[in-house]
Amino acid sequence: MHEVALCNSLVEIICEQQRQRGFQRVRRVIVEVGVLGHVDPHALDFAFEVEARDSPAEGAELEIREIEGRAWCMDCSKLETIARRGDACPDCGGFTLIVEQGEELRLKELEVI
Amino acid sequence: MCGVCGCGKGETRMEADQAGHEAGHDHADHDHAHHDHAHHHHGEHQDTLRDDPARRAHLVSVEQDILGKNNALAAHNREHFNSHSVLALNLVSSPGAGKTSLLVATLQQLLPGATVAVIEGDQETSADADRIRATGAPAIQVNTGRGCHLDAAMIDEAFHRLHCQDGILFIENVGNLVCPAAFDLGEAHKVVIASVTEGEDKPLKYPNMFAASSLMLVSKVDLLPHLDFDVELLIANARRVNPSIAVIKVSATTGEGIDRWLRWIGAARDMAVASA
Repeated sequence: MHEVALCNSLVEIICEQQRQRGFQRVRRVIVEVGVLGHVDPHALDFAFEVEARDSPAEGAELEIREIEGRAWCMDCSKLETIARRGDACPDCGGFTLIVEQGEELRLKELEVI
Repeated sequence: MCGVCGCGKGETRMEADQAGHEAGHDHADHDHAHHDHAHHHHGEHQDTLRDDPARRAHLVSVEQDILGKNNALAAHNREHFNSHSVLALNLVSSPGAGKTSLLVATLQQLLPGATVAVIEGDQETSADADRIRATGAPAIQVNTGRGCHLDAAMIDEAFHRLHCQDGILFIENVGNLVCPAAFDLGEAHKVVIASVTEGEDKPLKYPNMFAASSLMLVSKVDLLPHLDFDVELLIANARRVNPSIAVIKVSATTGEGIDRWLRWIGAARDMAVASA
């Protein structure tokens, strides 16, 4: 349920952007979400619709771009792609993995008018 | 609703400390402003906007971490802890894993010599802070209301009230293995508590929390003779999501493993002070 808090922070950043840049309203919000992070994209989408009400982003489309998970396998010395935490290295089957990418939670761009 | 913590606006409550400061979750002390959503009326201007080429839809690049504000406050807390020579530990678990019992047992061992302080997070009641204060340790209860986790702003305010110096700050987070993983509080380490009355697959079901933690305390090990529970499988699952996680088996009831846990705290404190 922390997606509600995250969408609150997102709307707060959008309000700051509006003050700085002076646009009227937001039509599309583009966020990057790492697949290994703590965010459920469906919960984020649902929470955004509610939290954006009475803000410049009311009714805006939330476009979620997933960032794939990448981890160093310390046994293979290679950067591997993994779908979720707890997955084994696709090459050696080991679990000595250090996550390099996939925990992002970033407001990338706004489509504004 | 509060922009950082997701508590209903003004819903988070912080009890008064024993020094008699006023209770209340006063966000105004620090940079944690509640955003006011400006309401814009469209309608009669829309046609003219559409005709103005400068007003047509366009993309603006923002590139901001959505948790940036909380992370900046957590960095501030971290500096604050370092400058006060305080080791801050963020204790996380599912509800009922035995965080408070373990903390009480820990404080009873530490208190004769060490300076300690406790921030207790729960949705409601001050029951846990009352249990902590019975040991003689200063404690502040933060009630998060509808909020499911503590955030860096709540810790900033609570730490200011505790006046802790040269000691150990235990932050007992809301019992929840999901949301607290996302919110850095400025702690030196997250310590996850998994009890043997839960499933061995907890680390795989809630991987982010186990991945974010430095240490897993396996609690209630005195109950193992009565349970069909594979401790080694729990540890193997934790290491699947975090190869470097340390593990200590403990029981608040029998005291088993508490000495190892105290040594881990001592080492973490020495490291924190050395790197401050």
